[in-house]
Amino acid sequence: MKNKLSSGPYLVWMTLFTVVPLVIVVYYAFTDSVTGRFTLGNVETVKNYIPIFLRSVWLALVSSLICLLLGYPVAWRIAQAGPKSQRLLYMLVMLPMCISFLLRTLAWVALLEDTGIINGFFIKLGLPPLPLIRTNGAVILGMVYNYLPYMIMPLYTVIMKIDRRLIEAAQDLGCGGAQVFAKVTLPLSVPGIISGVTMVFVPAVSTFYISQKLGNTGTTLIGDVIESQFKTAYNPNLGAALSLVLMIIVLACTALMNRFSGDDESVATV
Amino acid sequence: MSKELIRLADCCMAFDGEVVLNNINLYINDSEFLTLLGPSGCGKTTTLRIIGGFQKPTSGDVLFDGVRINDVPPHKRQVNTVFQRYALFPHLDVYDNIAFGLRLKKLPESETASRVRDMLALVGMKGFEERKIDSLSGGQMQRIAIARALVNRPKVLLLDEPLGALDLRLRKDMQNELKRIQQQMGITFIYVTHDQEEALTMSDTIVVMDHGRIQQIGKPEDIYNEPKNAFVADFIGESNILDGVMRADRLVEFLGRRFPCVDFGFDKDEPVDVVIRPEDIDIVAADSGHLCGSVTSVTFKGVHYDIIVDFHGFKWLIQTTDYHPVGANIGIRLEPEDIHIMKKSEYSGMFGDYSSYSAEYDEIGDAEADAAGEESENEE
Repeated sequence: MKNKLSSGPYLVWMTLFTVVPLVIVVYYAFTDSVTGRFTLGNVETVKNYIPIFLRSVWLALVSSLICLLLGYPVAWRIAQAGPKSQRLLYMLVMLPMCISFLLRTLAWVALLEDTGIINGFFIKLGLPPLPLIRTNGAVILGMVYNYLPYMIMPLYTVIMKIDRRLIEAAQDLGCGGAQVFAKVTLPLSVPGIISGVTMVFVPAVSTFYISQKLGNTGTTLIGDVIESQFKTAYNPNLGAALSLVLMIIVLACTALMNRFSGDDESVATV
Repeated sequence: MSKELIRLADCCMAFDGEVVLNNINLYINDSEFLTLLGPSGCGKTTTLRIIGGFQKPTSGDVLFDGVRINDVPPHKRQVNTVFQRYALFPHLDVYDNIAFGLRLKKLPESETASRVRDMLALVGMKGFEERKIDSLSGGQMQRIAIARALVNRPKVLLLDEPLGALDLRLRKDMQNELKRIQQQMGITFIYVTHDQEEALTMSDTIVVMDHGRIQQIGKPEDIYNEPKNAFVADFIGESNILDGVMRADRLVEFLGRRFPCVDFGFDKDEPVDVVIRPEDIDIVAADSGHLCGSVTSVTFKGVHYDIIVDFHGFKWLIQTTDYHPVGANIGIRLEPEDIHIMKKSEYSGMFGDYSSYSAEYDEIGDAEADAAGEESENEE
């Protein structure tokens, strides 16, 4: 009884700002922008955007993978540090998140531009400028830079919780350093890897600003298309249909990844 | 005769300048069941971890079969450990946990399977191969942890308070079980515990430790009957410890009276600690005893009563199967062999006083318990 009451505000919030908008999105997705009648036309039009969907998923996956490879050693190192340096290092990882997402991306523009800081440096040295900006690489860089903390946080939490004695038990049973990692540390950090990849992949696949600033017309992502449907093309119905499909893709990917982890939820020792 | 397998020579250990182990000298024979016994913080677990290779002594040598192994990492030692609270791998099932060590040794899977099966039979867990670790009870996890260590056929099994998390009944069963396994396998067990009863029940040899030092090494009977100092006398069983003076060989004076005893070799008039075990005291009629006092408290313990008797201000614990009501005047007789004499030590005067006795046995050796022992005044 009491529990029901206390979850009340959250339920109201959920209904107002999640369920209702979702219903509206679904409504828009299946109505015609001119006549307002039911139609499957919007959803059918979505198939014209399949290459962009694929590119978005691909770039988001690559970014997630790079984040994992960069983030795991960092998370592991922080978890090994003493309690004081642990807090400091964790703060440092979080620090970029205190600065606006837009500002951070613009800073990369300033760095990577043809006449930007890096190329300016090259020109001064008499070297030809490099095509840094408006490439897939730049978009991935932007994603990795912006979403890396979301990878490190869950990994750190999970690695922290791995019982020291499990490591010692593995050594005791004959594991050298690399074997301890392969047979104990890594399998036990799978839940952290799953949530880290999810937390990077989900925002990366739907991002729209990074590709506009760091990419070119060939690197348009699905987030950009959706944004333009609402802001410049004035076709919110198609935008809604695209969002709906994107949402289904994200849910499917998340479900797939959770399937990966099986029922390995027990991270700490028993 | 069994031969020496492990030796710790002048081992010292310090963490951040704090001395945890002070000059540990100890040898352990092949096929011996040796127990490191002491209160928390006495250094027993550190000693075990040094043998296991998880810590290096600050100074001193660790020898295995005569070879110095200070720098040999844990995974290269012929030693396996049963960890406190088991440390089973939660991501593996029972079979994979036990097979862990064998697979690292690249044993053929058929031999691995048969050895795992044998181990499960040994610990009474047949048919549990597929079970998840988190579906096991404490006692079952304990058995799997033992199987996981023993399946590697180590020369030495280290056990770090393995029964600490189990309830009393299960603990008793597992004590017998462990002793049986040790005898059946014929390997060396080094067992760490703070439970004196556990140590007395299972061990061939007990090493009593406190404050990073070895207080006494001996067979269980010797440790119990001939404690070297007040700490050992108090830690192993219950003891009334009194100040006395040796008047001559086999003659000690305490509470203003001389008693014949069996100890000798002390200086004349040397101050000593006198230990009298509560179960050795004979209660007689008030007028026919060596000493006479009144009962101030009675506690029923099942097999016997714990009674506290006031002898002119000195309170003793006496264990008796006969009921004596509070206020009764009783006499006691002490035979020479009931009296054990110890040299004075740094522990003299710290233990063996029952003025502050409160029905439960004093919690073993924690700092709080020591403090409580000194604050005897706040008891009525």
